[in-house]
Amino acid sequence: MAFGPHLLLAVLEGLVSAAVLSLTALGLSLVFGVMRIVNVAHGEFFMLGAVLAWVVSNMLGAHPAVGFVAALVVAPLVVGAIALLAERLVLGRLNYNPESTIVATIGLLYIIQQLALTFYGPEARPVSPPFSYRVLLPWFGYSGYKLSIVAIAALLLVATWLVLTRTKIGLLMRATQYDSETAQAFAIPVDRVYAGVFALGAMLAAVAGVLIVPISQAHYLMGQDPLLLSFIVVIIGGLGSLRGTVVAAILIGLSDGVISMFFSPTLAKIVATLAVALVLVFRPQGLFGAAPR
Amino acid sequence: MREDASPAKVYGLHLAVVLALFAMNFVLPAYHHGLVARIMVLAVFALGYNMLFGYAGLLSLGHAMFFSAGLYGAGLAMTHAGAGVALAFVAGITAGAVLSLAVGLLALRTSGVAFMIVTMMFAQVFYLLILYFAAWTGGDQGLVLQHGARIATLGSLSLDLTDPTVRYMTALALLAVALFVTLVVVRSRWGRVLIAIRGNEERTRMLGYDTFANKLAATVLSGTIAAAAGAAFALLFGYVGANFATVQYSILPLLWVLLGGAATTLGPLIGTVVMYYITDTASSYTSAWLLIVGIALIVLVLFFPKGIMGTLRKKWLGWLP
Repeated sequence: MAFGPHLLLAVLEGLVSAAVLSLTALGLSLVFGVMRIVNVAHGEFFMLGAVLAWVVSNMLGAHPAVGFVAALVVAPLVVGAIALLAERLVLGRLNYNPESTIVATIGLLYIIQQLALTFYGPEARPVSPPFSYRVLLPWFGYSGYKLSIVAIAALLLVATWLVLTRTKIGLLMRATQYDSETAQAFAIPVDRVYAGVFALGAMLAAVAGVLIVPISQAHYLMGQDPLLLSFIVVIIGGLGSLRGTVVAAILIGLSDGVISMFFSPTLAKIVATLAVALVLVFRPQGLFGAAPR
Repeated sequence: MREDASPAKVYGLHLAVVLALFAMNFVLPAYHHGLVARIMVLAVFALGYNMLFGYAGLLSLGHAMFFSAGLYGAGLAMTHAGAGVALAFVAGITAGAVLSLAVGLLALRTSGVAFMIVTMMFAQVFYLLILYFAAWTGGDQGLVLQHGARIATLGSLSLDLTDPTVRYMTALALLAVALFVTLVVVRSRWGRVLIAIRGNEERTRMLGYDTFANKLAATVLSGTIAAAAGAAFALLFGYVGANFATVQYSILPLLWVLLGGAATTLGPLIGTVVMYYITDTASSYTSAWLLIVGIALIVLVLFFPKGIMGTLRKKWLGWLP
């Protein structure tokens, strides 16, 4: 393949990973922005979404499209419920102290990972995509499903943005993010907002997991890379800034796709991680974030 | 305010702990003898972690890189440069000191959550570098240090580090040094400055202390102790592997210190012993030891934030260092 089509393929792959990444990172960013806590178990919600997609589509045994749609509904709901439970039982009782919650979510990470290993097993299992239409380009055919991931992710991002900016729930969330004490004084049920945001963040990660599983199989350790990449995206985009998160996800997803196509993936990860650590050191508000209030 | 105990009482207690471990060399059955030797080396790692987390109040999620700097510093010097035991040990410690200085200079510009993430990312870079330079480091497989290379010679005296008793005593000697270094630091003026920084950094700076320099010194000391543990681990157990550089080995010392009690001198040792034996016992019934680590972390942080020694100190023994 010539350089041009090769680059196009890399860009397409990059767009797909950017779409999945922006959903996952948006969840992490929401939780950090509103609750001011870092959820280390976020990648595990992504993994649970993928594993549940396999479970649901296997239990139904119907046409892949039916299983996929069912998984797209069931997996986020189950993961959201688990997150809600964890928030009420653990995080809420820690008063959202940043350091204690980070230790607690590390604990949560291990528990979820082990339970997945015990009940789902160490195998990586595939789920067939809902449809197998191939888009024929002049140089190569490209999976139509992968392109539909980009569309679904874009749709969900717009929906989340509309909820945040145009609805009462979004207003409550933004008020809590801006100043939780004043919000409390204005009779906003801050603890319920926190619980809802934590569940919503987990659900976004779970949807991303369901979307990725027809391309990359479900495995109990698959939450590690998305977690790190989401951290990278959220930091580059500015902690808590939603627009920055989406822009950074596209940037990171594309460059990850292009760099790993032409160079060693390990080298790509080294460069990206180091770059981000240095951004955090020298420009803590992120590349796109505003100066801290 | 708690009263300071007489130095005799404090040093006596620590001496008694070291002597008890010395005596156990002669009574422990073979399996536990080997296990305790391993635990003592890991406890040194926990002591190093406690220096930064317990006393200076800085929660690092990247200490695996300091441990593995010692591990690989010693291992690479031995494998590729043909260094002897002493030289390899020094190489490991030096690697840890240099790395912790570099990481400290960068990471200490941040604080709080950003500090945790930055240290975690540097550690991840370190781990990936080990995998990337697989031609030198053995990548995922790691390196096995040859039996013959692990014999230290001092004049006419030769110490075979693969011999169980020599291994146990070397581990104990390292633990004793680390324990007394911690004790001396904690009781010194500098130790009090670190605790003041943990309490309120702004106020400490206002009192005229250079908080950045003090935190940097704590990072380097903490990283160097962790590297000493790593170098000793490589030399005593003969295996240098990339899995010691994963995030998990940054979280384990945090768990041990939390369990034993942060900012107590004996807590890291006790936490390491208890946690190691819990997972060791559990793993003979179930393979789900990660579940135990996870539950332990949550239970500790929810109900038991002071750990074993911290609770003892608060309730009964106010003089514990």
